[in-house]
Amino acid sequence: MAILSYIEAVTHTLREEMKRDPRVFLLGEDVGVRGGVFRATQGLIEEFGEERVIDSPLTESAIVGVSIGAAAYGLRPVAEIQFADFILPAVNQIISEAAKIRYRSNNDWHVPLVIRAPYGGGVHGALYHSQSMERIFAGNPGLKIVAPATPYDVKGLLTSAIRDEDPVLFFEHKRLYRSVKGEVPEQEYTLPIGKGDIKREGSDITVISYGLTLHYVLQAAESLAKEGISTHVFDLMTLYPLDKEGIIEAAAKTGKVLIVHEDHKEGGIGGEVSAVIAEEALFDLDAPIKRLGGPSIPAMPYSPPLEKFYMLNPDKIAQAMRELAYF
Amino acid sequence: MIVHITMPQLGESVTEGILGRWLVKPGDQVNVYDPLCEVITDKVNAEVPSTVAGRVAELLASENEAVPVGKVICTIETEKNEEESASAEHKETFGEKEKADPGSGGTLFGKREAGQRLSPAVLKLAAEKKIPLEKIRGTGAGGRITRKDLLLYLEEREKTKANVLPDEVSKPPVRELNAAIGREEEMTKPSPLPVAALGDVEIDVTPVRRTIAERMVRSKHEAPHAWMMIEVDATNLVKLRNGLKEEFKRREGFNLTYLPFFIKAVVEALKEFPMLNAQWAKDRIIMKKEVNISIAVATDDALFVPVIKRADEKSVLGLARSIEELVRKTREGRLAPDDISGGTFTVNNTGSFGSVLSMPIINSPQAAILSIEAIVKRPVVIEGMIAVRDMVNLTLSLDHRILDGLICGRFMQRVKEKIEAIRPEMEIY
Repeated sequence: MAILSYIEAVTHTLREEMKRDPRVFLLGEDVGVRGGVFRATQGLIEEFGEERVIDSPLTESAIVGVSIGAAAYGLRPVAEIQFADFILPAVNQIISEAAKIRYRSNNDWHVPLVIRAPYGGGVHGALYHSQSMERIFAGNPGLKIVAPATPYDVKGLLTSAIRDEDPVLFFEHKRLYRSVKGEVPEQEYTLPIGKGDIKREGSDITVISYGLTLHYVLQAAESLAKEGISTHVFDLMTLYPLDKEGIIEAAAKTGKVLIVHEDHKEGGIGGEVSAVIAEEALFDLDAPIKRLGGPSIPAMPYSPPLEKFYMLNPDKIAQAMRELAYF
Repeated sequence: MIVHITMPQLGESVTEGILGRWLVKPGDQVNVYDPLCEVITDKVNAEVPSTVAGRVAELLASENEAVPVGKVICTIETEKNEEESASAEHKETFGEKEKADPGSGGTLFGKREAGQRLSPAVLKLAAEKKIPLEKIRGTGAGGRITRKDLLLYLEEREKTKANVLPDEVSKPPVRELNAAIGREEEMTKPSPLPVAALGDVEIDVTPVRRTIAERMVRSKHEAPHAWMMIEVDATNLVKLRNGLKEEFKRREGFNLTYLPFFIKAVVEALKEFPMLNAQWAKDRIIMKKEVNISIAVATDDALFVPVIKRADEKSVLGLARSIEELVRKTREGRLAPDDISGGTFTVNNTGSFGSVLSMPIINSPQAAILSIEAIVKRPVVIEGMIAVRDMVNLTLSLDHRILDGLICGRFMQRVKEKIEAIRPEMEIY
């Protein structure tokens, strides 16, 4: 089994799927000759040619619009939005068209499209290169939102996303690209979209998270274990539709739940997760459901001290976990 | 803004306190640190100070009521505006933040005043498994019963059930023996409670009294007490003290008693015989490094045993000052939990009542207790002649599990030698 970084897992999976299925093609700004601004598609234009790795103009609405058309006609586009912050011009295409075509056409048409979008902060990217966009799409039936945290999950979920018959938004946290490495099997495998995963077993508190903050949660859990606090960690992996069963089971395990994400606490995915638990697991709850997220300021600042203030870290998370444990 | 005043944690293991008396009434203006009420616990009596300045809005506990630690006992209206409190919120610790932040847990499960806050999980489990919640000691914030507490309780209950089961199975054949067992049980049963007759006065047992009673029974029950006494010639000590007392009073502002001299001698002897400064811990004996002397201080209705910490590091003057401070605090009811904890050996001053002989009960888990009886003039034979000497009896109760007669006899001899070696020119500062 190879040890790959998060971004290597992306490249590896794209290559594997392009080899397997000639309908799969890539498009996006600089994905070709430059190999992607983060090098996620490096070497693919050489390997598959410019007909399957297309450098597109700086027009996100067009990238998605073209993809929808191609997908509707039987191709398997994997579009890259260079930074998730710039997905906004394409939102109309995604929500009004991609998400609704199957419903609107009474199953005559469907859009097997993947949109990859690097998101998140902590990389001194300033506000237009640091935002979390998942909340904008969550709650739109017809769409799937996936946000893996480990290289293993990247391969399993990206493979599933490309093979899915409907549009999938694939959010990759930039900070994880080169900071996280892990074992990735050489052979093909898929992970089910819509299923979370228990990343650590514990009995005192349950922490639900995804993406970068999941790693912080695991670090905090490790240090809290030394204080005698046992943490159960549940990785959402798919943000829409949520793995309700998994969430309820994880919450019921300890009765004390903390939901952690980098996105604003207010209106973030955590609110929906919290509501699911409150509706379905009230009699297993032993403490108010807690959320920890970004502060309610418009976006991540450039100034390093302010960015640090905005970002969560293992210390902030450990403190919230401790408070919950002692409740 | 309304500030909630809660029952303070007056000792590490204290879970509730009895609200003795309110010192304020609704409408009263109070300043920071003004006493609001008296609280009586098993260990100490204390006053609850106000944490803020403002007007007393509502008293939420009544006098003589047992209130769990952390429960709101009254509310105070302050003039502090919302903005100030919001900026202060960042600095507040977890427990306090809950009160300030209306969005968090504090308000979720109903009013805190409405008694214990129980989560849905706890209520469900308690109902399903028929768990008596009053039997469970909460480990959550403010003594809240957590789901984990219940799960642990259930686990324990299952365990004891499993242990009890064979007993129940073997019950029928044992039935014939029941009569015999019944007699035996009767013997170990506590004697029937006396009933007050007409004209008798009945006094409620205070928590302090109850604690004294329980501790004494436990000590007598657990520690096999042995006892010895020696006579000490304190003539020189009396002379020394008589020569010093006027000037001492003038210089230090309080009376010089005999007690610090005896404690000094005891502490020095304890250093030589550390086994007397030990504690029984079932499968081992713990010899304590610190020499902390508990002294018995009686008030009209109770007995307290405040502790002179690190008595081995103090001079006679230092001991005298510690004693004076502890006695004053006891009489004023201002003893803090720290003042009465950590004792390793007790010195009892029964002589102050004129007693010449007493058999003190060991202050468990300590190993021994020494009583100093009254100093009395007696004819004594010295070198074939009869002399009038100031004599004092020292008595020692010892835990025979830890100590035996030999070591205690040697220890008492050392105390005696030290007292008798006192010379009128001895330095006490």
